[in-house]
Amino acid sequence: MSPSLLLNLVVFLPALGALAIALLLGKERASEIRWAANIIVLVDFLASLLLLRGFDFGTAELQYVTRLSWIPSIGVEYFTGIDGISLTLILLTTLLGSIALLSSWTYITSRIKEYYIFLLLLQTGMLGVFISFDFFLFYIFWEVMLVPMYFLIGIWGGKNRLYAAIKFFLYTLAGSVLMLVAILALYFYNHSVTGEWTLNVLSYYQLSIPPDLQWWVFLGLFFAFAIKVPMWPFHTWLPDAHVQAPTAGSVILAGVLLKMGTYGFIRFSLPILPDASLQFAPFIAVLSIIAILYGALVALMQKDWKSLVAYSSVSHMGFITLGIFALNPLGLQGGLFQMLAHGVSTGGLFLIVGLAYERTHTREIAAYGGLGQVMPVFATLFAILALSSMGLPGLNGFIGEFLILIGSFEWNPVYTYWAVWGIVLAAAYLLWLYQRVMFGELKSDKLAALQDLNLREVMTLLPLALLAVWMGLYPQPLLRTLEPPVNAIIERVHPGYFAGTDVSPPALPSADAARVEQEDEEKSAVDALADAAGHARVRQ
Amino acid sequence: MLEYFWLIPLIPLVGVTINGLFASRFIRNENVTGIIASGCMLLAFLIGAGAFVQLAGLPVAERNVQIELYDWLDAGVAHMHDNEAGVTTARFRVSFGFQFDELSALMVLVVTGVGFLIHVYAIGYMKHDPPDPGYYRFFTYMNLFAAFMLILVLGSSYAMMFIGWEGVGLCSYLLIGYYYQKKSAGDAAKKAFVVNRIGDAGFLLGLFAIFFTFGTLDYDGVFAGAAHYSAGAGVLTFITMMLLVGAVGKSAQIPLFVWLPDAMEGPTPVSALIHAATMVTAGVYMIVRSNVLFSLAPTTMMVVAAIGALTALFAASIAMVQNDIKRVLAYSTVSQLGYMILACGVGAYAVGIFHLMTHAFFKALLFMAAGSVMHALHGELDMWKMGNLRKTMPITHKTFLVGTLAIVGVPGLAGFFSKDEILWNAWAGTHGSAWLWAVGTLVAGMTAFYMTRMLLLTFYGNSRMDEHTEQHVHESPPVMTYPLIVLAILSVIGGYVGIPANLQLGPLAALHERIDITRWLEPVTSGTRAQEAPGTGDEEHTAAVAAAPLQIVGAIGEPVTVVLQEERSEQAGHQDHTAMEWTLMLISTAVALAGIGLAYRVYAGGGVADEPFKRFAAPYRVLWNKYWVDEAYDAVFVNRIKDLGRGLWVLDDALVDGTVNGIANATLQAANASVEFDTRVIDGSVDGGAGVFWSGSRVLRALQSGYVQNYALIISVGVFVLVSAYLFF
Amino acid sequence: MDALGLNHYLLLSALLFGIGVIGVLIRRNAIMVLMCLELIFNAANINLVAVSRFRPDLAGQIFTIFTITVAAAEVVIGLGLVIAMFRNALTVNVDEIHLLKG
Repeated sequence: MSPSLLLNLVVFLPALGALAIALLLGKERASEIRWAANIIVLVDFLASLLLLRGFDFGTAELQYVTRLSWIPSIGVEYFTGIDGISLTLILLTTLLGSIALLSSWTYITSRIKEYYIFLLLLQTGMLGVFISFDFFLFYIFWEVMLVPMYFLIGIWGGKNRLYAAIKFFLYTLAGSVLMLVAILALYFYNHSVTGEWTLNVLSYYQLSIPPDLQWWVFLGLFFAFAIKVPMWPFHTWLPDAHVQAPTAGSVILAGVLLKMGTYGFIRFSLPILPDASLQFAPFIAVLSIIAILYGALVALMQKDWKSLVAYSSVSHMGFITLGIFALNPLGLQGGLFQMLAHGVSTGGLFLIVGLAYERTHTREIAAYGGLGQVMPVFATLFAILALSSMGLPGLNGFIGEFLILIGSFEWNPVYTYWAVWGIVLAAAYLLWLYQRVMFGELKSDKLAALQDLNLREVMTLLPLALLAVWMGLYPQPLLRTLEPPVNAIIERVHPGYFAGTDVSPPALPSADAARVEQEDEEKSAVDALADAAGHARVRQ
Repeated sequence: MLEYFWLIPLIPLVGVTINGLFASRFIRNENVTGIIASGCMLLAFLIGAGAFVQLAGLPVAERNVQIELYDWLDAGVAHMHDNEAGVTTARFRVSFGFQFDELSALMVLVVTGVGFLIHVYAIGYMKHDPPDPGYYRFFTYMNLFAAFMLILVLGSSYAMMFIGWEGVGLCSYLLIGYYYQKKSAGDAAKKAFVVNRIGDAGFLLGLFAIFFTFGTLDYDGVFAGAAHYSAGAGVLTFITMMLLVGAVGKSAQIPLFVWLPDAMEGPTPVSALIHAATMVTAGVYMIVRSNVLFSLAPTTMMVVAAIGALTALFAASIAMVQNDIKRVLAYSTVSQLGYMILACGVGAYAVGIFHLMTHAFFKALLFMAAGSVMHALHGELDMWKMGNLRKTMPITHKTFLVGTLAIVGVPGLAGFFSKDEILWNAWAGTHGSAWLWAVGTLVAGMTAFYMTRMLLLTFYGNSRMDEHTEQHVHESPPVMTYPLIVLAILSVIGGYVGIPANLQLGPLAALHERIDITRWLEPVTSGTRAQEAPGTGDEEHTAAVAAAPLQIVGAIGEPVTVVLQEERSEQAGHQDHTAMEWTLMLISTAVALAGIGLAYRVYAGGGVADEPFKRFAAPYRVLWNKYWVDEAYDAVFVNRIKDLGRGLWVLDDALVDGTVNGIANATLQAANASVEFDTRVIDGSVDGGAGVFWSGSRVLRALQSGYVQNYALIISVGVFVLVSAYLFF
Repeated sequence: MDALGLNHYLLLSALLFGIGVIGVLIRRNAIMVLMCLELIFNAANINLVAVSRFRPDLAGQIFTIFTITVAAAEVVIGLGLVIAMFRNALTVNVDEIHLLKG
């Protein structure tokens, strides 16, 4: 199998699986559907691990490139590939996807077939976003992702699910529309300069856009991404969506969907609009710090377990945007690392809430107490994930937050000073939550009768807990993967940043290089065929 | 041993793994669990001791062994802030590395040695009837704590120190909250962690500033870089102030001391190990480790000394009136930590470590003896419900007596030497002053008072226990008393490693020649080694690492040739100093004795609980309520933050989400209006046009009967007519 | 005169056609209507075959084969419709069904 086919397979396998389930399995065959869906995502995860094998970690160039003409009349191509940033996010997505599906085994009892089909489609949508380097394709995946999520919240959600689902959908859609305008502006500007109609992201990297146009385009993209992150004050869809969504929905929402926004900033805003990024950076830093403190303070006072975790996400995502717009290697790397770390730890925390909810059917923190006595395994895993979320050294949250803070300190220590308080508050709200839920006397006989986790449930949490420890103790493989693309982006934003160091920043991937590579590959494939044919003839 | 010193922090982790994963399911034997945990500590201690001896055998200049296990964090390139060290860019690189020098070695011995004794003691103390299901958990946490504490003292960079720093905070949290069914325990645990986190936030900022000043977080690199700075540089003041915030949090100094007294909610061995002997001294260790930086920041030094002195005074005054045996010891710990910080503040770093060590001996002893009393009295903490225990608990009594005499500063015991050194340096040290000395001496008197009071109320006088309790009072089992005896011995002899100058007479002088803690620590505390450090090039350093990841990186620098300024002047004015030192020593001893006498006078007869309250109502109430600090913090910070959170939540709902919902509503209104317009105006006109056709079609409608055969007939007739027309016309 | 000429065939065909048309128009049972439709088809077929026989041109006969095939398909669909109709209206009487009424 050719490498680029593998990448496309990873992306489309869940969708193909969804199609197969839709056609082949009747809705009364719930158990088969469950098994099939779980196996599909697991295979997809394993397939995504294969991507590591042929990956060159030392370059910022795109790899596993597929480039096909799609709608030539307007210059749309099917152009996919990955660099280190996409690679890590793909792995996160496939992993969280498998875990989210596994966690739904008993949680979902109605309309099982539709549920799994939507989850599988969601997987393809999210994975597609991370591999698209054609704006048209990107936009399609970006929107495709919304639909299954809308249904997941709207059908399998809590009491107020319709409100939450519609809010989520409209909010994100509003952002997307502005993004579309920004993309069109780039499209026409590019034509006016190069005379070429193309939506190729890489060719936009080569543009030097006048500052005032950059400013407007940045603003358009900003709304789309800021809503998705969500940055303060665009965050209010998040608690609603999280609280109402089923567990798997929350896990994926927190783990992957929120990362789309920050991914967009890193992939598009920074390299295409470097001047505007610099110009907007202080403004975004202030919003980030507000998000950090505000999210943490509001989380502190939540009475609903799930919305506490949701607001903690707002706070953590604030760290990520702060790191990104520090616009230096440490901050950006920290932001990317924190994206992965937050996916693992907050995804895990949502699983924790889901497991408790499945047993007691309440999310009211006050209804819990003393769970540590009856559920020791649960208590341990919860503790590890909570600690990783509050950034304890030796666990993954620390690495990300530490790099972000040091990056922002390089930029302006005042920002760091304010952001550091977010860490203090994180300890406060998470430990208080932990105390109220796990410590104390058992509140009722019902709580006393709760079962500890079974094997399947441990299987959903244990990988995340182990990953949290591994990423905290040995983050180097991830950091090394992220570094080349990060350096390329920083060099684009701050030309000459690396002068005087022994680092020579790689160039951003260019469209032409990708094309040449593709041709090489084709040629070599042809050669190989010819060789094989020759060989066969000789044998005859 | 020396080449295996990096195993020291890893060995307790073995205990964590065994007890954490297997004890509750497979081992199911409390003794085995306890022995595994203690055994790990003993093994760590033995390796530490062996390494210590080998280190002592090396030439002074080579007493810094380093090892890098692996690259922990190796991220991007950073631009330095304006600095004098001439570094403009640096790669952020932290290795998971350890270093073993004089200071680390000493700390390792204290942590593992005292830690081992406390683990042994805990085997007996934690055994309950019926068995506590959390027994395994307890020892797992204790070993985990030891591992982090050892990482803290052995780490070769500030980042490593921070790992240990937060790790011990976590273990402290877990162990304070050990009796998690009790709400007060959960509250205390959370308070400890959050208050510590405030300190940690400061530490982090300091860490960042260090990196952007020196381009590295490794001790060697930082201290070498500091040589480029002159005293009083603003950035160094900032760094040290931030580090101080961290130290203040961890070592429970004003204003962040509030968590330590509450931390007594944990089991007593925890109080002894974490909240007396080791973790709380991490702040002192950090300041001593960073002495090169602190010495260059005179402003910070002043603040350090002031905080130390004030805390010592403040906590000692509270301890004088408390009735809870563990709280008295907790405030006493805060006060003694204040002494250590004071010592650091006046530049006598080695003395701070000296007192850290002796304090670890006698305070662990006191806590464990108090625990032994609690054990016998079914968890009773109120001293007014004790009394006359010396008969029934002879060993506990004797060891407690030794501990008391040691902390009070009775000549000849450990506390006397270290405290006297601190007071002398508070007077004569580089940053010393008469005020600091006066405060320190006053605290010595107060210490004598509250310790004597505690001793008398607990072990002497009449028994005030109820009958049921009294019948069951018993001496603790040997597994608990032997550690007490060992610590009692250490509390007596521990002070002879640092004999003050004026007492260096006869055999003591000979002893001083052989063993002196100040001399041992001097390469670290004088900063001389740090200044030698640039001698070894970075290339060598990295090359060695690249060649063999586990290879010892090697010693640093040339033999120490620099003689400190102070030392020289000390030699010159030796005679004067001796006289002065004698005077001060006598005064402080006299003050201590006065404190003992006063306590004896008030409490010897058994005392009356509310007597002092009657005589000194106002000051007594202030002290009894601990100056209302907790209440003030609650009112000023905690509740305000909660209010803020609550307010923001309302705001979030009303304003931010309100805006969103408002926009949604406005959209809906607009949609409604459009619908109206649509139906009335646009649809209206279309409907009008349609109406014409409607009435016309009514006529034709009749034709459409719906019966197929009708249609067929019509078709047939139509065809017939058409064909006929074609044929005939 | 030969025994049978073209006109005989045409006459037969016309008769069949007439019977078919009248059947379609007056039978109430939908199946009978369908059968009458078959008569109409076959009237046309007879025409085609006969003319092809009396003029030297095979196209008519070939065309007939097609028509028979199409008629078979048409019957399948027709009967299917009748069954669907029966399921919905519980009758096959065409005069009881007037869904197309405006």
